[in-house]
Amino acid sequence: MALDSLPSEWRALLAVDGGPDAPRVNLTGDWDLRGTVPRYAQVASCFATAGRVTVTAAGLGAWDSSAVTFLAALKKDCEGRQVTVDDSALPEGLRRLLALAFAVPPPPPRESEPTPSFIGAIGLRWIKMWRDLPAMVTFAGEIMLSLARFVRGRARYRKRDFFWLVEEVGPRALPIVSLISFLVGTIVAYMGAVQLALFGASIYIADLVGIGVVREVAALMTGIILAGRTGAAYAAQIGTMQVNEEIDALRTLGLSPIDYLVLPRMLALLLMVPLLTLYAGIVGILAGMLIGVTVFDVGVYEYIHETIEALELKHFAVGLVKGTVYGALVAFAGCLRGMQCGRSAQAVGESTTSAVVLGILLITIAASILTVLFQKLGI
Amino acid sequence: MSAAPHIECRDLTMAYDDYVIQRDLNFTIRRGDIFVIMGGSGCGKSTLLRQMIGLVRPAKGAVLYDGVDYWAASEREQRAMQRGFGILFQAGALWSSLTLAENVALPLQEFTTLPADLVAEVVTLKLSLVGLAGYEDYYPSEISGGMKKRAGLARAMALDPSILFFDEPSAGLDPLSSRRLDDLILELRDSLGATIVLVTHELPSIFAIANNSVFLDADTRTMIATGDPKELAAHGPDKVRAFLARGEA
Repeated sequence: MALDSLPSEWRALLAVDGGPDAPRVNLTGDWDLRGTVPRYAQVASCFATAGRVTVTAAGLGAWDSSAVTFLAALKKDCEGRQVTVDDSALPEGLRRLLALAFAVPPPPPRESEPTPSFIGAIGLRWIKMWRDLPAMVTFAGEIMLSLARFVRGRARYRKRDFFWLVEEVGPRALPIVSLISFLVGTIVAYMGAVQLALFGASIYIADLVGIGVVREVAALMTGIILAGRTGAAYAAQIGTMQVNEEIDALRTLGLSPIDYLVLPRMLALLLMVPLLTLYAGIVGILAGMLIGVTVFDVGVYEYIHETIEALELKHFAVGLVKGTVYGALVAFAGCLRGMQCGRSAQAVGESTTSAVVLGILLITIAASILTVLFQKLGI
Repeated sequence: MSAAPHIECRDLTMAYDDYVIQRDLNFTIRRGDIFVIMGGSGCGKSTLLRQMIGLVRPAKGAVLYDGVDYWAASEREQRAMQRGFGILFQAGALWSSLTLAENVALPLQEFTTLPADLVAEVVTLKLSLVGLAGYEDYYPSEISGGMKKRAGLARAMALDPSILFFDEPSAGLDPLSSRRLDDLILELRDSLGATIVLVTHELPSIFAIANNSVFLDADTRTMIATGDPKELAAHGPDKVRAFLARGEA
């Protein structure tokens, strides 16, 4: 028998006799999944020409899944070839487990889509992104309708949620906005001042920092901080509600999830973003002043005077418009991905990531467009 | 079924800070028992289960497995004991990023040295035992609630545990699926010889399968009966009889 060529430690567990037409398999000893486990695949040849297989368990001690796995493989192989397996001599527990394993026939296999080629994958990705566009436009439209309802005082949402969101978005973001604006302010001042000092024009650090930070940097930094902080939180909050069917519950009550969840989040960000941007600009200017005064020997009053001379109201207006647009985009991306979230823990993670990525992408696109636009308009 | 206590709870008191949920719980579970933790909603059934499986430390008292106190044991001993537990959580608690096969395979990969193809065979066996043969590549989000419970059961059985714990096995299932799950649990107990501890407040489950129980009372915050539920229904305290007759505590 082929069994002779198998590992010797299997002989303590398994014996096959009775000839190739009607082989008899006997299980003995202790079958333990954590020890040696005979594999059916390696003795399958003993049963290739069998017309009937008898399984016995004389001398079988303790057994666990390893024995059931072996017997299930034997039974599946034999019954697939219309060979009868007689297991009536097995211990009752083993026999019943075996019967249980074959009680429910497997469902027809799923039709799985073939994995696309590299080029195909790129194409599919583009199609997916392309299809995302109408969804974004629709969502933007729904938000507009909701805003219209809000203006007419017909939008239903909870005021308490709104104030909680405002606090979450605004005051609680101050520490991180302060830190990042301060550091970016010092970088801008230092980079510029090193060059300006070559011409003996260190005083113009004030112009550079003032205009640069107020017009561009404060809004951009605030937008990116909010994308990571608030956009992600929005996507996770709304996504988790989607998983818990909370949004379905709102819909069945006839409440618009856009009014109830998206609108207060948009409004909270729109209200807080200009303030945060302004604050970030002031912190940036102070950081620039610190560098100018301590490292490049510019006088404090000179610096302040130069800053006031350089900054005009339009610079603040440009910065605030940009900041507000970025904030709206962040809220849009966060709420969109939250509403699009699937119904599993993993989907929440994916939509949160996607909200941050989309938020920063939209901010960058808007920044380029707005910068060119304001230049052309001469503001 | 031997009469020696297999699991024993001694003077167990559960509390959150100063708020006592249940005090002085004393009961024993024999090897091969199907033991039910009964009681009304919010009386601390699930908390008791969580203390027995080592998730929450009791405020006072001991949980003994074959005479060894779980909460007094070293971390290594605790882990060895936990390896003998199979636990089915309320909603299945399948890891949503893994397929059913991967869910069942994870304990095998972590705690045995089996080769990958044998793990795959064992996984297929476990899934077919719970009637899910052919669903290896499905993700938990693609199957129904009842199937999730059964897949959770397959995972709980992965390491051939000697004690299976179930938290509300039939909650959220239709009566037929719930019956089938009961039958499956009975069948597995009989063929695997495992001890089964389950939390439930559903009467059909209790009567169909249990042969031992403890009844937790929310008002007095302690147990008021322990024993075979069929006997308690006939001769137990009034409250237990009322619960078992109408399903109310």
